[in-house]
Amino acid sequence: MTNITRNNGALNVLLGSKTSQHVNRRWALFASYACLVVFVIFFLCPPFYMLVTSLKTNAEIASLATTPWIIEQGVTTEHYAHLLKETAFLTYFKNTVIVAFFVVAITMVVSVLAAYALSRLGFWGSGVIATGVFLVYLVPDSLLFIPLFKIVGGLGLLNSYWVLVLVYPTLTVPFCTWIMIGYFASIPKELDEAALIDGANHIQMLLKVFIPVALPGLIAATIFAFTVSWASFLYPLAYIYSDNQMVLTVGTVTTLIKGDVFHWGGLMAGALLAAAPPVILYAFLMDYYIAGLTSGATKG
Amino acid sequence: MASVSLTNLHKSFDRTEAVRGINLEIADNEFVVLVGPSGCGKSTTLRMIAGLEEITEGDIRIGGGLVNDVPPKDRNIAMVFQNYALYPHMTVFQNMSFGLRLRKYPKDEIQRLVADAAEVLGITELLQRRPKQLSGGQRQRVAMGRAIVRDPQVFLFDEPLSNLDAKLRGQMRIEIKRVHQYLKTTTVYVTHDQVEAMTLADRVVVMNNGLIEQVGTPSELYHQPKTRFVAGFIGSPAMNFLNCKLIKDSGNLVASVGDTLKLQMPADCDTRYDPYLGRDLVLGIRPEHVHEKRVGNEIQTEVKVNFIEPLGMETMVYFTFNGVELCGRVSPEADPRPGQTTFLSFDAEKTHLIDPENDQVL
Repeated sequence: MTNITRNNGALNVLLGSKTSQHVNRRWALFASYACLVVFVIFFLCPPFYMLVTSLKTNAEIASLATTPWIIEQGVTTEHYAHLLKETAFLTYFKNTVIVAFFVVAITMVVSVLAAYALSRLGFWGSGVIATGVFLVYLVPDSLLFIPLFKIVGGLGLLNSYWVLVLVYPTLTVPFCTWIMIGYFASIPKELDEAALIDGANHIQMLLKVFIPVALPGLIAATIFAFTVSWASFLYPLAYIYSDNQMVLTVGTVTTLIKGDVFHWGGLMAGALLAAAPPVILYAFLMDYYIAGLTSGATKG
Repeated sequence: MASVSLTNLHKSFDRTEAVRGINLEIADNEFVVLVGPSGCGKSTTLRMIAGLEEITEGDIRIGGGLVNDVPPKDRNIAMVFQNYALYPHMTVFQNMSFGLRLRKYPKDEIQRLVADAAEVLGITELLQRRPKQLSGGQRQRVAMGRAIVRDPQVFLFDEPLSNLDAKLRGQMRIEIKRVHQYLKTTTVYVTHDQVEAMTLADRVVVMNNGLIEQVGTPSELYHQPKTRFVAGFIGSPAMNFLNCKLIKDSGNLVASVGDTLKLQMPADCDTRYDPYLGRDLVLGIRPEHVHEKRVGNEIQTEVKVNFIEPLGMETMVYFTFNGVELCGRVSPEADPRPGQTTFLSFDAEKTHLIDPENDQVL
């Protein structure tokens, strides 16, 4: 009898702890969802505001009597039409795509080769160089753009979008190399030793083993390089003046802000269209991006 | 197939000498196991044979040819790693055929060779799976498949079973032995597990502190260890060691342990042991030679059991004797109990005497 009572007591303690765990878990979930909802609303406000403003007439945008968050006087696509037909927006878009394409290509080739060499060839000073590469990334572009102006001016590249293809890698290569070093370092050393014994040389090892295995890291680095080259503002502002060479970020702003007159509808439409490609890219590659960043962060 | 020859092999990492002058001849078709504790230099030696580690000094010859400066891919060797080292993005077929594809073998020959190797290892149905879809044992089979598919001169195994559970390790041990008997390829196998070494090897190389302690067949190492280290390393549980004095009693050489245990040394050892008469020595005796059965007319020793390990077919008995904890092996019928006293025999015929000054077995 005593035994039964004792067993029941133990069962109750066990059940009690299970119930309390269940309640705790429910509260944790509730708190998580509440935080996430606040987070999502906070971050979706700007794009929503941009979308609403881009679909309003100029009169409604200017009116102080209307609510800025809803369209009260009818939807219009006039800002999009104006942007696409009467400004050089498509030229900016094309220039940005070219710049982004070349910057991503140059960055990935340089940083993958550099990261492989720094993480795997084990030459004297490779550790110091790897740290140095990351320190280079910490130098802000607001410090770099003046000396770089002298350099690209000397090269005769001012007022050409090719100058951006030249200078953006100074921002993207160090960070992408750092990400890739972290990712390559997480690949077991036995894998390259197995490939060496199987008969692979370093290029074959890189192409057939490292790049496929490190694909998440590679995609994370690609997205970073693309985002930097797509969204950078300072360098095009400093180095490019002509409409036919201009890129989206500065082009949209300089076209649609005339002195102290802001064409808010066009600005919002331009910003939305300019933001679309990175959003689409992120949406498709989100999982890889997160895997790449976290791996680099924890094992690098 | 080829012989492997290591001559005066040294390896230093900065100021640490990992391998300190190894000389070893491995015959064609031979299965040699390098065994020793962590940090003894066995894996470094294997990696130098593979070409994954540069040699600081000495020569390595494979099939008679000097390979000191030959890259791994040109040594015609294959290696199986502890963590399998399978390419995670490739299927089993692609993993096994990777080396053949790099060497530009014709496609139909690759198919045939991979199919043959897969059949030998019983992994034919796994060829289209990726490594993450395989169990540990299956992964190790694939790693072996990748090694045998190229028909190399030498197989190198670097602790291939250490990641497997005990049951699977036993199965894979048999599998490795079976594959070696079938292919007869010269094999160098590294392990820290002396059971693996004893069961697999034609010859075992016991290493310690960057040097070879002893090379011999499993039986030689077990019955005729040359050093105290080998005597203690080979055999499980380890050999018991007791301080003793070699004395003469009624014309016979006797190892005297304290006041209570006097073991008459075998007559055929007299010549070897005579010079050590009156010296303090170390007596080595394996647990299986400390048991409840009476040996000849010797008086059994009464001991108090500290604890026991029942293993089914035998029971290990741990007891303190002359200030040292010793292990004996008795039959389950003896039914020893912790805290109780029991009578055990020390089989003097199976003892080893060790000179404590140089740890050499006499």
